[in-house]
Amino acid sequence: MKKNEFNIVDFVKIYSEDKLALFFLINLIFILILVIFGPLFTLQNPYDLSQLNILDSLLPPLSQSYENNYFFLGTDDQGRDLLSAIIYGLRISLYVGILSVVISLIIGIILGVVSAYFGGIVDSFIMRVADMVLAMPSFLIALVLLSILGRGLENVVFALVMSQWATFARVIRSSALSEKEKDYFYSAKCLCLPQYRIVFGHLLPNCLPPIIVLSTINLAFAITLEASLSFLGVGLPITEPSIGLIISNGYEYIIVGKYWMSLYPGLFLLITVISINIFSDRLRILLNPRLNI
Amino acid sequence: MLFINYKNLSMLIFLTNRIIQSFIVLLIMSLLVFAAVYAIGNPIDVLINPEASEEEKIKTIKNLGLDKSLFEQYYIFLQNAFKGELGYSFVHNRPAISLILERLPATLELTISALLIAIIIGIPLGTIAGLNPDNFISKSILAMSIFFFSLPTFWVGLILIMIFAVSYNFFPSTGRGDTVEIFGFYFSFLTFDGLKHLALPSINLALYPLALVIRLTFAGIQETLPLDFIKFARAKGLSRFRIIYYHLLKYILIPIVTVIGLQFSVLIAFAVITESIFAWPGMGRLIIESITLLDRPVIVAYLLVTVFIFMLVNLIVDILYSLLDPRIRISDK
Repeated sequence: MKKNEFNIVDFVKIYSEDKLALFFLINLIFILILVIFGPLFTLQNPYDLSQLNILDSLLPPLSQSYENNYFFLGTDDQGRDLLSAIIYGLRISLYVGILSVVISLIIGIILGVVSAYFGGIVDSFIMRVADMVLAMPSFLIALVLLSILGRGLENVVFALVMSQWATFARVIRSSALSEKEKDYFYSAKCLCLPQYRIVFGHLLPNCLPPIIVLSTINLAFAITLEASLSFLGVGLPITEPSIGLIISNGYEYIIVGKYWMSLYPGLFLLITVISINIFSDRLRILLNPRLNI
Repeated sequence: MLFINYKNLSMLIFLTNRIIQSFIVLLIMSLLVFAAVYAIGNPIDVLINPEASEEEKIKTIKNLGLDKSLFEQYYIFLQNAFKGELGYSFVHNRPAISLILERLPATLELTISALLIAIIIGIPLGTIAGLNPDNFISKSILAMSIFFFSLPTFWVGLILIMIFAVSYNFFPSTGRGDTVEIFGFYFSFLTFDGLKHLALPSINLALYPLALVIRLTFAGIQETLPLDFIKFARAKGLSRFRIIYYHLLKYILIPIVTVIGLQFSVLIAFAVITESIFAWPGMGRLIIESITLLDRPVIVAYLLVTVFIFMLVNLIVDILYSLLDPRIRISDK
């Protein structure tokens, strides 16, 4: 039974066998630190108008400010340091992404376990609804919901949850169904353990590997989706400037050759999403029970 | 003879079942969308000149049918929908369905060319990577596919415009270029200018399905190579070429066809982004314009048309599925 005990040191050792995956994991940790402690590093609070100077507007990368500070990535049309804006924007993007994945996960766990546990008409009803949601591309679901609800942080989170919960419910149901047939589950039932203990103490911990992998993939997806929606002008409002809004702000300046306002925020978004994707790809390989690490 | 009849019959039952199911889903979708779109947001504020007199306002509201209750409006909508009319655009003052159908060929042209790019490049690359997973080229192909997965479509569009339209002026960045009329619809892939306009948007849209096709082909080949029928073909002394192109690819084509079919729907949705960046006059741009102008009939009609397309595509995929794999009997579903 030693196999089931989770040892973080061993896990990191095995994980590090793939150097590329290790590099992107370090990258991801770096981004998380940057985002959590962001305001400590940045040159200015990019949304405090008193700290902005209009004389600094539209400066290219690596130019010096009016007050002799360096703008590593240049400034936008209001004289805002782009690097600070990106760090603040990533905070909002990650916050929306994580929040929507956590809520979808909770909904998915409840519906998936209920479906698998009770079966019958409850199961087929939940799964038919999930099938209907899955038949529509998630981008379209989010777009339609936002077009109805209007812009706003809560609305974006709601739209992302509505387009993602079905995937979670499906995956959790199918893994719970296969766990339900195993001996440990029958013995837990024979011991007459209370239902909540069977579900939370036995069933869910054994369903964890697919849930973890799916959550990381969906986090990357949710961040991209939010950025796309905000870029189109249906996502977050201007008061919550996520990466997508910063990129869309630079859109009109691309034609006149002021490329940095869209290029660099996009690069940061790309690096974040790639890091999460490669991390989840590595996890998927490691957590695959058939490979038996 | 009996067997063929049985198969045809089961096919017919399957088709009728699926069509009835699709119809019910369409009906539910229309009710949900209609109620949601009509419950929130007031088009009167947007459409009527704020300086118009009270009399003019009431007249316009009556003309647009906005004075009736939600259920009356839905009932009228359903009645018209069966006649093939999906409401009248408030903004363009034309039937919503004709607005959408007019722009549908542009969107289909874009999505189909993106899918073709993904298939033509993706299957060979996935095959190369799948046959020798450990060499450097294969590893780069796989790394590239993760990279393409992670690329945000809209940002890539901007970068493409930046490089190819602004810096080097190779390709134009907006519009469809010269078009050719076929059966009353306009297509731009038949003229040189049109192809030049099509290049950037379709590459932009193709990146995501390309990554998907590469990974699917790779995974399919990895799973199939150790199977007995490949070993048997090898033992029979068949050439490598024949094993790969005849036995292997035919076998892995089934999941690929399924996913490509489903991707078609996803691409129609994602075309909204690509079309608004490249000013491609398809229905994706129309929906974004309609959302900002609160043009409800167009939003509802767009959704119903896209859901209809999705169901049609799913049906075609299911039929192709059974044609490609004789083991899958449609009656088993």
